[in-house]
Amino acid sequence: MKCRACRAPAVVEIRRHNTTLCRHCFLGYCRNQVGRAIRDHDMIGPGQRVLVAVSGGKDSLALWDMLLDLGYDADGVYVGLGIDGYSQPSADHARAFARRRQARLVEVDLRQQYGYDVRSGAAADHRAPCSACGLSKRHIFDRAAVEGGYDVVATGHNLDDEAAVLLGNVLRWDLEYMARQRPVLPGGHGFPKKVKPLVRLAERETAAYCVLQGIDYQVEECPMAAGNRHLGYKEALGLIEERSPGAKAVFFGQFLERAAAALAGASAEAGGAVLHPCPSCGAPTSSELCAFCRLVERAGGDPRRRVPVSGR
Amino acid sequence: MEGVKVLLRNPRREVEVEGPVRVVSLLGRLGYRREAVLVIVDGALVTGDATIKEGSQVEIRPVISGGAGPR
Ligand code: SF4
Ligand SMILES: [Zn+2]
Ligand SMILES: [Zn+2]
Repeated sequence: MKCRACRAPAVVEIRRHNTTLCRHCFLGYCRNQVGRAIRDHDMIGPGQRVLVAVSGGKDSLALWDMLLDLGYDADGVYVGLGIDGYSQPSADHARAFARRRQARLVEVDLRQQYGYDVRSGAAADHRAPCSACGLSKRHIFDRAAVEGGYDVVATGHNLDDEAAVLLGNVLRWDLEYMARQRPVLPGGHGFPKKVKPLVRLAERETAAYCVLQGIDYQVEECPMAAGNRHLGYKEALGLIEERSPGAKAVFFGQFLERAAAALAGASAEAGGAVLHPCPSCGAPTSSELCAFCRLVERAGGDPRRRVPVSGR
Repeated sequence: MEGVKVLLRNPRREVEVEGPVRVVSLLGRLGYRREAVLVIVDGALVTGDATIKEGSQVEIRPVISGGAGPR
């Protein structure tokens, strides 16, 4: 097969665009999609400092790589979750990437810095592991960004992730969640701005990007992911996509274009709670102690430990 | 006979198949959806129409991540 753009030997098919591309043209396509998402949604302004939430997986490393190539001032932040057999190799991939690109990686380890890990935190706080994990990561990304003086937090959510989340939200008609499912969440009230520059790329594309760029990433999944609902939504969308290539991109793209504005009211109604700084960690919260500090306390750790982030 | 060594991931394991074989038929034989994986032959990414020769090292790498905590 030949590259549709330049006739060189093709290495990737992109079915939803009905095209095949060579290495060079494919890497350019990925950067273009990310650049376009950033421009279309005003994700990152000139001179702004970006903190990339890095897991060691394909999406976050591809994102970090492209942001650096596009000339952004982008550091990474990695959270050690203490998940046996998964966290160690993931950290190794994140560190190796940072070393190779001579980029700065901020590391926060749940056990070392807060005295719990995803499993023990989930048990102590009576949550599912992924819920404890999500809460911890969100909190640490936010604090690391605010305290480190970053303008934007960038996460590696791709088109497949967003389409699957949207399907889940639609199946429940969860208007509040749908209203907040945007490629950009503005900051303010002690929260950093959050952006998802990969929303125009499918996960097969971010994986191919890594392979073609020689980026070694964590291929084996987190053991907690097996059989979760999100994967089921991806499978269902995968079957639809097989019959109608492009359906996924239309599903999510048209949501953003046509439905999201209409839903803005749902989020405005929900966003009425008064926020104040958590007395323990300073994060904005509507309850006495923020949810993260509650989890840390229940798990027997010390929420007052600070995330050690400083400007360069 | 040399065969084609195929590395599968998540969990990591290896199977051997007879070559030569086209990428799409290998995936069909092993029960993979084309869009859910990448196929890497001797270190290089290949398209579905590629033919895999005897003695090749193949990796079938899943691309679907399921780690979506609540957002
Ligand atoms: S699968 Fe769940 S526990 Fe594992 S990294 Fe993802 S959110 Fe965390
Ligand atoms: Zn080309
Ligand atoms: Zn707190």
